[in-house]
Amino acid sequence: MKVLEMKHIKKTFDDLEVLKDISFDVSEGEVVSIIGPSGSGKSTILRCATMLEEIDGGEFSYLGKRAAWQENGRTVYAPKGELREIRKNFGLVFQSFNLFPHYSVIRNLTDAPINIQKRDKTEVYKEARDLLAQMGLSDKENAYPYQLSGGQSHRVAIARALALQPKILFFDEPTSALDPELTGEVLKVIRSLTERRMTMVIVTHEMNFARDISDRMIFMDGGVIVEDCTPEEMFASDNERLRGFLGKLEGGY
Amino acid sequence: MPISIILTKILEGMGVSVLLFAVTLVFSLPLGLLISFGRMSKYSILRVITSVYISIMRGTPLMLQLMVIYFGPYYIFGLTISPEWKNFAAAISFVLNYAAYFAEIYRAGIESMPKGQYEAARILGYSRAQTFVRIIFPQVVKRILPPVTNETITLVKDTSLAYTIGILEMFSTARALASAEASMLPFVFAGVLYYILNAVVAAVMVKIEKKMNYFR
Repeated sequence: MKVLEMKHIKKTFDDLEVLKDISFDVSEGEVVSIIGPSGSGKSTILRCATMLEEIDGGEFSYLGKRAAWQENGRTVYAPKGELREIRKNFGLVFQSFNLFPHYSVIRNLTDAPINIQKRDKTEVYKEARDLLAQMGLSDKENAYPYQLSGGQSHRVAIARALALQPKILFFDEPTSALDPELTGEVLKVIRSLTERRMTMVIVTHEMNFARDISDRMIFMDGGVIVEDCTPEEMFASDNERLRGFLGKLEGGY
Repeated sequence: MPISIILTKILEGMGVSVLLFAVTLVFSLPLGLLISFGRMSKYSILRVITSVYISIMRGTPLMLQLMVIYFGPYYIFGLTISPEWKNFAAAISFVLNYAAYFAEIYRAGIESMPKGQYEAARILGYSRAQTFVRIIFPQVVKRILPPVTNETITLVKDTSLAYTIGILEMFSTARALASAEASMLPFVFAGVLYYILNAVVAAVMVKIEKKMNYFR
């Protein structure tokens, strides 16, 4: 079963065509990394898939349910009620976490399940505490976001996304706001999710990490997908643009 | 006239001032929020109406607004002005005037919220209304407390303007007593009481700010 299918996605900002005909899909349990130079459209893909940006062309669906498509040359989104259901399929961990500063850690995790999804309070709290324990944050339950380190905030952001039990989890550059030591900490957490067969799409600059955990890697450049293959194939590829990109990374800046 | 009687009369006037102050706050704070929504609306007609409203309310003296609202029914519609009308006229003028200032404070607070908070809420399934009530507004309240404190302190002193339409609040009482007794004393009393009122307002606001300090 395809959790996410994106077909011929186009996105234009003013006159700038950021995404030109992007197609890829993600199967259940698959971990897909999206790499590429800055401005290649990696983050825009995530923002389109999570409906923070509207697409200008193409269509995409979650678990076979179409979220947006083309009709008479215009983009149409599914009706509100359907979209609400579709949204439940995905979670997104933001680059800047975007925790709610006025809520304690546990409330950051439980507010949406209890007050928005109207799930049972005791059950939600139990699950939230389990998640915090897995993230090594049990002692931070009542802390507020300003009292957390960058790595802790990141783990809370992951736990908050998981608390809604998404079918697929998106990560937007999970390590770019962290120092090298914290980067390791966060990557460990993401790796632990792969052991749970969590379906994930990760936009990242951490090439070695991506190679390590991904089933598939997508290399984007200039708004198109240049390569979509296994990590082994990716690093063995003789595509010129890809080689240039990887070479630059290895050679430092 | 014995000092105790002067003081009693001034305290009675203070009761009226405090009542006007309280009524103004209770109605202008929510009204200001509504106006700020209009000011930030996606409908340009609402934006135009509210910004004209705000600019008139801020651009003309409150004293003049009091006069217009008090005498307007007579001069514009030829209605007889009942004795109670001046109380309503005072309350209405103050509420309308302060709501304009509060609207701009709300707008500044709401527009200062980072986009990421809205986006996170959206991903987590919050509707627009839920996002505002649960995520945005509590943070806005914390941010706008200092300017709201400023306005509130100004309001305590502005209540004295109600004397222009004959409301017997603290200032007009002190003024009448001062001329009847040919003494400065009533003004001294009134000044001290205004000061104490504002000290209380400031202390309450500090307390609220401290209470909001549990997050940053």
